[in-house]
Amino acid sequence: MDIRAHVSMVFHLDKCIGCHTCSIACKNIWTDRKGTEYMWWNNVETKPGTGYPTLWEDQEKYKGGWEKKNGDLKLKLHSRLKGLGNIFYNPFLPTLDDYYEPWTYDYENLFNAPEGDDQPTARAISMVTGKPMDNIEAGPNWDDDLGGSPIYARNDVNLDELTEDEREQLNELERVVFFYLPRICNHCLNPGCVAACPAGAIYKRGEDGIVLIAQDKCRAWRMCISGCPYKKTYYNWASGKSEKCILCYPRLESGQPPACFHSCVGRIRYLGVLLYDADQIEKCASVPDEELVAAQRAMIMDPFDPAVIAAAKKNKISDAMIASAQNSPVYKFVKKWGLALPLHPDFRTLPMLYYVPPMLPVLAKTKDGNYDVDGAKGENTFAPLSASLPAMLSSLEKARMPIKYMASMFSAGNVKVVEDVYRKLIAVRIFKRAQTVKDYQQAEVDAALAAGKTDAEEVEAIFRLTALPTYEERFVVPPLAREVAVEAWEKPLDRKTDAGFGVRNKINRRKF
Amino acid sequence: MFDNILFIVFPYTAVTIAIAVTIYRFAFDPYSYSSQSSQFLENRILFFGSVPWHYGVIIVLLGHLTALLFPGLWGLFTANQIRLYVLEITGLSLALMATVGLVLLFYRRLSNARAQAVTSELDWVLLIVLLLQVGLGFWVAYYYRWGSDWYLHTAVPWLVSLLKFQPDITFVTALPFWVKFHFINGFTIILLLPFTRLVHLLVYPISYLWREHQVVIWNKSRHY
Repeated sequence: MDIRAHVSMVFHLDKCIGCHTCSIACKNIWTDRKGTEYMWWNNVETKPGTGYPTLWEDQEKYKGGWEKKNGDLKLKLHSRLKGLGNIFYNPFLPTLDDYYEPWTYDYENLFNAPEGDDQPTARAISMVTGKPMDNIEAGPNWDDDLGGSPIYARNDVNLDELTEDEREQLNELERVVFFYLPRICNHCLNPGCVAACPAGAIYKRGEDGIVLIAQDKCRAWRMCISGCPYKKTYYNWASGKSEKCILCYPRLESGQPPACFHSCVGRIRYLGVLLYDADQIEKCASVPDEELVAAQRAMIMDPFDPAVIAAAKKNKISDAMIASAQNSPVYKFVKKWGLALPLHPDFRTLPMLYYVPPMLPVLAKTKDGNYDVDGAKGENTFAPLSASLPAMLSSLEKARMPIKYMASMFSAGNVKVVEDVYRKLIAVRIFKRAQTVKDYQQAEVDAALAAGKTDAEEVEAIFRLTALPTYEERFVVPPLAREVAVEAWEKPLDRKTDAGFGVRNKINRRKF
Repeated sequence: MFDNILFIVFPYTAVTIAIAVTIYRFAFDPYSYSSQSSQFLENRILFFGSVPWHYGVIIVLLGHLTALLFPGLWGLFTANQIRLYVLEITGLSLALMATVGLVLLFYRRLSNARAQAVTSELDWVLLIVLLLQVGLGFWVAYYYRWGSDWYLHTAVPWLVSLLKFQPDITFVTALPFWVKFHFINGFTIILLLPFTRLVHLLVYPISYLWREHQVVIWNKSRHY
């Protein structure tokens, strides 16, 4: 058992309102430099949809992540030899057009245009070439809120599993459904970007698991961009270096959550430590598709287990870090309650950002222009009184977004895993509704709890952490103790007299 | 005198500056060591330019290097007429491939607005010097036939004399102008190397063949 600590994340999709505040917080801090204008280390996309960059989930196109070949785990992108051979031209590199060409506007013209018959306009100016752009054909959230979905959303690869009929139904007016998917770097346990980098410039920090690109070592061989199946490493075309989400480590190291977490309006984001068994990484990434979620949960260890604590201490994980893991909201959502799932575990990178899938809007149909109450009876999870038990519990199957779609995104196609999550989420809702609105019979509540494999105590805890968590409950920022860690290679006091005036050009006249 | 400057002073100066600046840059500005790839901005012409250029020029360069390091073996190899034919044809085709590739890359930088946005003056200088060099090389190989053989008796002894610090330019002074131009331009490239993006050839990531897939860096060395 090789216990390591990982600063991990949960995004609760039910709470995401798609406001893009996280994206802007990140953009303003990290990616407003030349060459990074097109990058959104944090982006929010609408699902169904093709996302950013377009079709990032389609690994036949980009060859990201890992695949099992003859029983072995192989990078989908290249073997080592092929990687070096393709170094002069990476055939699977997304280009700027797969993201979008960033632009600004010629605002000056509004002030300086000569007097004329027409209002002056501010033309779009490319931030790459500096030339006017006549047609803006893409943006970072181009198909936001299903904008242009007959063209864009229909290409979503997660729809592949659905029957033609089911796909058609998604376009019916009364069935139209979407949800938001905020994405940052998953800081994977088996990252494709790290493995694909020919220069070995990308690394995982041992203490907290943050994946970083050493800017001094990056040589622009640009394999990481293809190698990451989530397309969360980006190429800075101006500096000739790849860049990615750094989980705001300078903020983390000073006890603050990352900017996107801090600014989240819907308070959907949770940050905490997971203790995991690094010995299991390869095994876990190699299991069959339907077992991936279970395997990933299995490698996350119970921070209260004395054996785990002993192993953690042996690995020099501090008591404060272990305490942080015990208090981690992420541990509760991912392991204890089993509500949060990794995004696309089928990429086999073992992402450490987990999502609580959204409660899908339930089926509603119109009949002769009227809302079909009978048809919808019992299909609404909140349906008061009228809800007969079997109907209530079957509402999941009648959800507007087929459960197969969610399984394609969050459980490598294993419908059972996603169903279990939803049964528990439904149980929480019914339980709390029975408490506050008092329109469910106790038998119905008990049935819901049984279906969700949960109990009153757990449901209360889930409700508490979902609906009412404080800042401190959402962000259990561990003590990364960098000030202590630097002692390994530097004596802190050596620097004490080295700060202030006259430091850049040292004065060496004094001999004492 | 002029020949001495061209074939002794200039090569030594170029190589000295190249080594010194390369080390200095690596030590003090490792961030600047990048291939500065522009594939992200322009993908299509790059394929037809970059791939033939790199493979062509690398193999041709390795040929030059092999003949310089193992002149005896190389001489034995070219002693057979058939082998000499094969070598010359291969070399010429590769040089042609590299030239065509580089012309395409040149055209790409000229014509594509996005590629232009990331092209510096020094990039243009480098492109022109490289184009000149492969062009000259192709020209020399074509008009002064059997270069893979006479190279052994002209440039190789001269370069070896330079390497031994006993410069002897008698091997090269009588050569035609275009051949000399090729030599001098070659040292110009060496001189430019540390100042341009060409440094990326020094950091070709061969270690990818054996390094561990996953890289984990610990702040403190763990004691277990």
